[in-house]
This record gives sequence, structure tokens and C-alpha cells, in this order.
Amino acid sequence: MVTLKINDQEVKVAKGTTVLDAAKKLGIVIPTLCNHPDLCVAGNCRVCVVEQTGARTLVAACAMPVAEGMDIHTNTLKVRNARKHIVELLLSEHRADCTKCYKNQKCELQTLANEYSFGEHIFLDLVEDHDYLIDRSSPAFIKDDSKCIRCQRCVRTCAQLQHVSAIAVANKGSRMKISSFHDRPMSHVVCTNCGQCVNRCPTGALTEKTYIDHVWDAIYDPDMHVVVQTAPAVRVALGEDLGYDPGERVTGKMVTALRQLGFDSVLDTDFTADLTIIEEGTELLTRLKKVLVENDHSMALPMFTSCSPGWIKFIEHKYPHMLANLSTCKSPQQMFGALAKTFYAQKRNLDPAKVVSVSIMPCTAKKYEADRPEMRSSGYKDIDYVLTTRELAVMIKQAGIDFRTIEPSHYDSIMGVSTGAGVIFGATGGVMEAALRTAYEIVTGKPVPFKNLNIMPVRGMEGVKEATIKIEGTTEEWRFLEGAELKVAIAHGLVNANKIAKAVSTGKASYHFIEIMACPGGCLGGGGQPIPTNAAVRQKRMEAIYAEDMHMDIRKSHENPEIKAIYEEFLEKPNGHKSHELLHTHYIERESY
Amino acid sequence: MNSKALTKVDLIFESIDAREVLTTAFSMPNEKIIDQVLESGLRGRGGAGFPTGMKWKFTAAEKDPEKYIVCNADEGEPGTFKDREILDRVVYKVYGGMAIAGKAIGAKKGFIYLRGEYRFLLPQLYLELHKFHKMIAEIGYDFNIEYRMGSGAYICGEESALFESIEGFRGEPRNKPPYPTTSGLFCKPTSINNVETLVTAMMIIAKGPQEYVKLGTKDSRGSKVFSVSGDTPVPGIYELELGMTVQQFVDEFGDGDTKAVQVGGASGFCVPRKKFEETIIGFEGVPTGGSMKLFNSSRSMYNVLHNYLDFFAEESCGQCTPCRVGCQQLLKGVEKVKKGEAKSTYLNELVKLADTMKVASKCGLGQSVGNAFKSIVENFREEIIY
Amino acid sequence: MYQTGKMVKDLADKYGRTRESLMPILQDIVKKHNYLTDEAMVEVATELDISAAEVYGTASFYTFLDTEERGKNVIRVCKTITCSMKGKIDIISTLEEILKIKVGETTPDKMFTLLETNCIGWCHKAPAMLINDMPYTDLTPESVIDIIKGYMRK
Repeated sequence: MVTLKINDQEVKVAKGTTVLDAAKKLGIVIPTLCNHPDLCVAGNCRVCVVEQTGARTLVAACAMPVAEGMDIHTNTLKVRNARKHIVELLLSEHRADCTKCYKNQKCELQTLANEYSFGEHIFLDLVEDHDYLIDRSSPAFIKDDSKCIRCQRCVRTCAQLQHVSAIAVANKGSRMKISSFHDRPMSHVVCTNCGQCVNRCPTGALTEKTYIDHVWDAIYDPDMHVVVQTAPAVRVALGEDLGYDPGERVTGKMVTALRQLGFDSVLDTDFTADLTIIEEGTELLTRLKKVLVENDHSMALPMFTSCSPGWIKFIEHKYPHMLANLSTCKSPQQMFGALAKTFYAQKRNLDPAKVVSVSIMPCTAKKYEADRPEMRSSGYKDIDYVLTTRELAVMIKQAGIDFRTIEPSHYDSIMGVSTGAGVIFGATGGVMEAALRTAYEIVTGKPVPFKNLNIMPVRGMEGVKEATIKIEGTTEEWRFLEGAELKVAIAHGLVNANKIAKAVSTGKASYHFIEIMACPGGCLGGGGQPIPTNAAVRQKRMEAIYAEDMHMDIRKSHENPEIKAIYEEFLEKPNGHKSHELLHTHYIERESY
Repeated sequence: MNSKALTKVDLIFESIDAREVLTTAFSMPNEKIIDQVLESGLRGRGGAGFPTGMKWKFTAAEKDPEKYIVCNADEGEPGTFKDREILDRVVYKVYGGMAIAGKAIGAKKGFIYLRGEYRFLLPQLYLELHKFHKMIAEIGYDFNIEYRMGSGAYICGEESALFESIEGFRGEPRNKPPYPTTSGLFCKPTSINNVETLVTAMMIIAKGPQEYVKLGTKDSRGSKVFSVSGDTPVPGIYELELGMTVQQFVDEFGDGDTKAVQVGGASGFCVPRKKFEETIIGFEGVPTGGSMKLFNSSRSMYNVLHNYLDFFAEESCGQCTPCRVGCQQLLKGVEKVKKGEAKSTYLNELVKLADTMKVASKCGLGQSVGNAFKSIVENFREEIIY
Repeated sequence: MYQTGKMVKDLADKYGRTRESLMPILQDIVKKHNYLTDEAMVEVATELDISAAEVYGTASFYTFLDTEERGKNVIRVCKTITCSMKGKIDIISTLEEILKIKVGETTPDKMFTLLETNCIGWCHKAPAMLINDMPYTDLTPESVIDIIKGYMRK
């Protein structure tokens, strides 16, 4: 343990603690900007500089490890002057159009300016000297270099959390900037649209592309019938942007709010999550049968889940030779979209051309997914607009809805009923657990041998999880799996997805079924979720998801009555002709850069 | 005023029997080598002036068996060209100095980071290196030196940026602590020394520290190689005893009309005529890595300042706010004042900014921009404004 | 533009495929061709298993690792203070005249690129310039013309 003094108060901390963290223990706040709990220390913004007695210069609190007898002061004249200058320097290279900016009131630079540097600016505006690029090429997000303060959080996120490095620091000196490969448009490079960089950008330099106005237009149009679906991870995080603490389940209120916004039908992505389980579970068992019984290796094992569009783009760029390992199932969002303009339209006697399908997602990559050219199985664009959780919160505020006081209500029917298996899709390990709850029962006729159906080995925040499920007591049809050990793996965050994909690619993995989520924590940590994000917040959201599961009446996808109905009335059978037409897709080999 | 008369010295370029010196050095206990260097009072010759003996002592004390000697040959400070001369004429002493340093700290491997602008020297440097490796193999000492090239980045002269560059990254300086002696190249204990420092160290071992102590002053022991340029009839490289005044320097090298001397390059101090007598060239006065530029009265100090700021705005790594943005603000600021688009009092704000850069920048580059800025603005204010 | 062919693979065989190998590989490509094409950078990224953006980000940091097309002979005239004092401006205008391009441009026949650079360490023999790796010092407009003519003859 090390003892030091901060602002004349003594504190004892473990060796290796930074001055910043030691100060937190004393309740002393030191402002930061480039620092982020999910990322390694950078120490480049210099906002956190403090005075160390005896040192020649000020020291960066986020990067300075404590030392015995260290004497730190966080609010001397020298520190205050430096801080003020540094904030002003940042403002001088930042195009401040706060009243027009999406991050207005949610911008960390704004907060710093308000706390440390309000009043006339001393320095000259440097924005006019630079030829800034605003990249709107991606359907998922906008990269506005004129607002970048070069904290490099996005670069560290893309490199360390996601192992993609679609952006890097380029040039030096006054020309230093965050750039894609040779300044190519973001839609033309290896970026997966996962939005993790958007989650961590302190300013409006990286924001999602918003479709709020488009959705309002559709809602106001009397000719159009607007349906909305909500992803599982939205309901455990929406509250954070509306005054609630992380981990608050606001499902019922969310449904009421959506109805009050004017959507004609409020439905649930969890329904198509259940549908995905039926389709994908069947696909998995088919592959197992083909490979293990018929020795037909035209079908590839292991099978990867395919509901994360960030993961899809990742594997298309990095491991294009492994596309056959992806499940051909669309994501729940896209299955919903295809059904909204066919099955749903038919049942409601609507002209599909007049149906607008909107989805609320914790995700930015879903915006890209909706735009993929092959996502038109219904004959129309299956999903018209994708809104992030953040965008929905904005719309709720715009409509003057007092979220705290509205009463909860239930989803509409036809594609509104869901199960606990559907809701756990939002957490890493959730798809796997939902699939196992169904697949195991199909094969053995019995529920999974876990208390309350909670398959604990696949849950939790560890980057890569593995589990082996022994299959015993199979029915006649599935005798070939008797005694088999189903080896599964789960990864979240593309850095971990890469570990598994690499192992599979080099033949070092012996899994049968692998769940991959592009975002840390799974969808609950998605690029469209409320900001800020950190491990504690994601943990709370995860607990909320599993709590939601426990409170559902039905907990297995195959017991969902609306699912049974849709097969009887429309799809006939899993992986049948209709399913393949509407609910399955194909993938594209892409360049490595 | 303790100042020496301007004395020319011949230590660095003096021919010695490297084989003999190294054989002796390799049989000395490591501590003795370090003690001799400590006793000599040698301080780094690249500009920063850290006591070399201390640096070697710290690195030697580290327990990690994998250690490195790095020779900083990224000489990029404007007006410095003495390391090139040393490499051109006596590179065998650089290699020898590295081997001795390696023995002192316990490193078996050395790297020389050579700036890209000196690439044309490589063929002859490799020839000498081959001879060197052969020689120490014959003596029976295990030490290997490799070259790593720079590619046009002044900041890579900064020790941690240099390590980053060798490791294959952008030359962005690291957070310190940890310091290079604990975690340097490849995060291993490293002693990084300037070309001239290594040659001087070898000469100290060759002649004994007492010879060296006779030269210089209490705070600035020994001699130094200076690169002299600008308004001087005798530009070139000169080895001089430390501790002379700027006036003595100007008497020897000036053209009779010297208005200012920039000591230490763009990141150094501008000494105006009125301060020539009282300013000592050494660590107790204005330190330098060797760059000495003379400006006569025909020169516009605004042009000089503008040139330096333009240089920094380009060469800054861009990582930290005070330097990246501060350099641009200083540059644009003096332009506006000159053009009359900003009040002359704005210079006072810029001086305060320079003070912030000095204490808040992440590395020596940003911390030093203020030196030239303040010394030129304070001493030649009228030239900046009018 | 140049074709990379086997070049990058051979360089990776020579220098290795770790991050440490990046600088020597990029430097050798530049030594041969004077700049890095996108294709070359992508190949380096593949060989070293790092992203193309990372390769570009590292290369673009170093002034001599050009990612824009350069001619066969890259002229870099020093613009730092001493060379500036000693007549760099006349050297530049002489070069612009004889090559018929401005600073930053490349001749249409791709033989020469004219650039300015920071202190190259020849202040006592200013003004000075580099053509590829070769330094030329004590320049005068006349000596510059001779030097360029020499290159044109090659």
C-alpha cells in the first residue's frame, strides 16, 4: 500500500493506482476527457493535469502512478490556469454549433467549457484553417472531423475492444487527425458499424445517423400504417436517457410511450427472436445430422449465430472463407421486417406498400443491416427505419410524454407475444441459452437440466465462454445424438469474436455452435444504447434482462403460441420453402481493408 | 562570474586505439565503469543533460536480464549537425561507447536510431560496424549493434517516441513514469544516449575521468561539440570547453554585427546582444545540444520566430492538446499581431499560453516551444509587432 | 503507380511479420519506389495481420513515407531558418522554373517531385537539399541547374 496526500488529505491506496483513482477515493473530482473506464490510459488531452510538489511540470492524474509521500494539489492557480487554457485550446479547434448538434447537452467538451472556461474566448478560431471532412457515407453513423478533439477514444475502442482498427491516428502536427485507411469513406472500409466508437466519443464527432424526422413523417402520414418493433436490450436501458438508473426495466412504459407517439402497432422483436430460435435450432440440428450421420460436409460446422450485423460485416471482411459457417437465418429485426410486409399485412388486410416498418434497436449496425440490398424479401425494403434507444428517448421527449408517470401497457398482438428465451437475446450468452432451451427439448423431449431453465455456464461478462452440454435420453428421431457432447462457445466484443474465429479458421476449435455478439456485453452494450457506458452499467442491464426473463409466463421459444400460429397459418414448417424465402439470407465476401 | 576563456578541445575526434580501450573496459567491473563516468560529471550531450553516470546506474540496478543500449542518432534540432560529423569521422568510437555502456548496465544488444536524412552514410557505417563486430568477437566480448532508420520525424529524437518508432508505431511520446531506465525499448530497461555522449564516455574510460574534470565548470563539466551556423564567417563544427559566455562565443564566431544568438536550436533560448556578457553556455546558463545560430542586425526576428513556430506546428506529434493546438495558436497569433489584425497586447496572452505549454505538455517538445517563443518575444518585441 | 508483385511478401520474409517489422518494410518499399501505394499498404497490412488503417496511420506520421504519388527523384529543399536566411527562396524558384512545377507537385513525366522539408543537418553549408537520399549543399541557382541537368541525363 502507498500513502500519499491529495489537497492535504491523506489517502492509502494499492501500488499502481493512478492519482486520478486515488483522488476518487477521497471524493475529489479531477476533470478528464481522453480517459475512459473501458479503455487503456492515454494521457493525451492533459485536462486532468494536477500539481505535484517538487515536479518540474504538472502531471496527468490519469497516467501518474502514486508514490509514497507524494504531495498532490488539484486546484492551485497553476492548475486552474492550465486547465482553462487547455479547454479553450480544444474549443478553438472544435466547430461549436451546439444548438444544432445532436450531442447538445450531452457533450463532455460542453460540460468542461461550462465548468472551467465560460466567458470570452482568448484564442483564435482554428476551424477555418482546416479542410475538415464530414463523412456521411455510412447509413449507421456520421463522422464529423470538425468536432473531433483527438482524444483517440474511438481509435482505442476500435483497436482494443473490437480488434477492427477501421480508424487510426494519421499524419502529425497540425494535420494530425483520426482517419480511415487513406481517408476512404467509412462505408468503403472494414468498419463494422458496431457504433462502439459512437458510444465513447465525448463530442459530436461521432454520432448515429438519425432517422427521427423520417419516422415522424411516416407517423403523421394518414395513408401509412406504421409498425414498430422493440429489441430486447432496449427495454432495460431506455430508462437511462429518461431519468432512471441503469438496470431499470421499463418495458410496459416503453410500449405505452410508443403508442402515444402514434405508432399504429407496437410489436416486439422478441417475437422474431423466438422465431429465430425455431429456425436456427432446426438449422443446427440439420447440420449436426448431415455432418455426424450422413458424413455430408457440404454443411459446415461449427455454426455461428448471425443476428449481429456488426459481427456479420466483420467476418465478411476478415474471414470471407468461413461464410458457410454462418447460420443462414436473418436477424430477428430482419425476420420481423420481412413478415411485417407479408404475413402481418395480410392478416391486417393492409396494402404492404403502405406499411412502414420501424425498429428500435440498441444498435447502430442495424441501420446498416436494414440497408443491405438483399434485405427486400417482402418485395419492399423490409425495414424502413432503424432508431437507436437514444433516438427513441429523444422522440419521447419531443412528444412531451412524461415517461415517469405514464402507465405500463402490453404489446399488440400478431408478433407481439414473446417468451423469456426471446428477451435474453439482449445479453451475451442469451441466444445460446434460448437455443439450448429449445433444441435440447426437441431432441430429448425434456427441458434442459438446469434449475429454472437458467443455463448459468453461458451467462456472464467473460469475453469467451465455453460450455459442454451432454445430451442424454434422446427421442427415436434424434438417437444419433445420444450421449453426444454438444460443445458451445460464446463471445462478445469483436476482439473475442476474433479469437474464436481465428481458432476455428486454423482448425484449433472443436465447437459445434458458437454465439457471437459484436458488442461488449452483447446487445445490451450496443452502439445505440444510452451513453455513458461502462462495465458497471452493462452489468446492471444484464441483471435486468435475466430478471425480465424470470418474470415471463413462457420461457421457451417453442411454447410461444404466436410462434405456433405463424407456422400453422403461414410458414408451414421451420426451414421450409416460405422460411427460406423470407427468413433466410446470404453473405458477401468483402475486401480485407 | 565563473567563465572560462573560449578554449578549443580535441577529444571527440581524436584517434584512439579502440581495441586497447575496449579490452581494458571489458575487464573492468561494471560498477567501476559507472563510477568513472559519474566522477567525470558527464551530462547528456543531446540537449537534455541528464547525468550519464546516473542513467547507467539506474539501468544497471534493474533486475530484468533483457536490457538495451540505444544510441540516439536522430539529430534533428535545427542547427545541429555535429552528430553527423561524429558518425562520419569516428563512428568506431560510437560503437565502442555503446559496448562500454552495455557492459556497465548489463545489455548485450544495442540499437542505433539514425535519422532518415542521414541514410546516405549507411554504407560506410556498416563497413565500420562489420569491423567492430569482428574486433570485439576477437576480444571475446558479446555485444551486437543494429541500425534502425528514422523516416523524417523530428519528434523521434524524444527518447520514448524513438522507442515507439523502433517498435513499429507512430513516434508518439509515452507517459512517464515509467522512465526508460525501467521500461524503455520493448518495455525493457534501456539506457538511451546521444552519439556524442557515447563517444565522450569512451574517451573518459580511455583517459580517466580526471582529465575530463579538468575541463569545463562545476555544473558543466568537460567539453562539447558545437555546430555553428548562420551569420558567421566560419560556420562549422567546433569542440569547445563548456562554461564560456555568449560574448566570448560571439567574439570568436560572430561577423561583427551579431544581434542575437539562438542557443539550443528551435527549442532553445534566444540570447539578445544585451545579455551576451552575462549568459554562460552550459547547464548553469543556457544549455544546448550543440546548435548555435548567429543572427546579425539584418535579420528579422519575426521571421526567425515564425520559422520556428512553423517548424513545431509541423513536427509536433499532435497527441496532446497544449502542444498540438498551442503551436498553431502561437503561429497564427504572431501572424495576426504582425498584420495588425490582433492587438499587440495579444502577445501577452500568447506568452501565458507558452507558460501553460511548458507545464502541461506531455513531452519535451511542447514543453520547449515556449523557450524560443518567450525569449524572442521578450527581447525583440518591437520586431514581432511592427 | 507500380505493381507490388512479390515485393511485400519478400520483405516480410526478410524482416519478419511482427509490428517491429513494419518500419523496415515500409522504408524498403519507399527506397525502391519513393512512395507507398494503397495496394502496397494493404499487402503490408495482410502480411503483418494488422489493419490497413493502422499501416496508413503509421506511414502518414513519417514525412519520408509518402502515401501520395511521388516521382523518380524526390527533391526536398530545406526550409528551416538558416537555409531560409541563406537563399532557399532562390533555390526554390530556380527549381520551379527548370522543372516547370510548383512546390508539392510532380513533373508530368514523373521524373521529379519538388518538396520542402525541415532541417536536414547541413546548416553550415546552407542552402541545402536532398534528392532521394543524397544531400546537396552550398547551393546556388547555378549549381542547382547543374545538379538537375545531371539527373535529367540519367
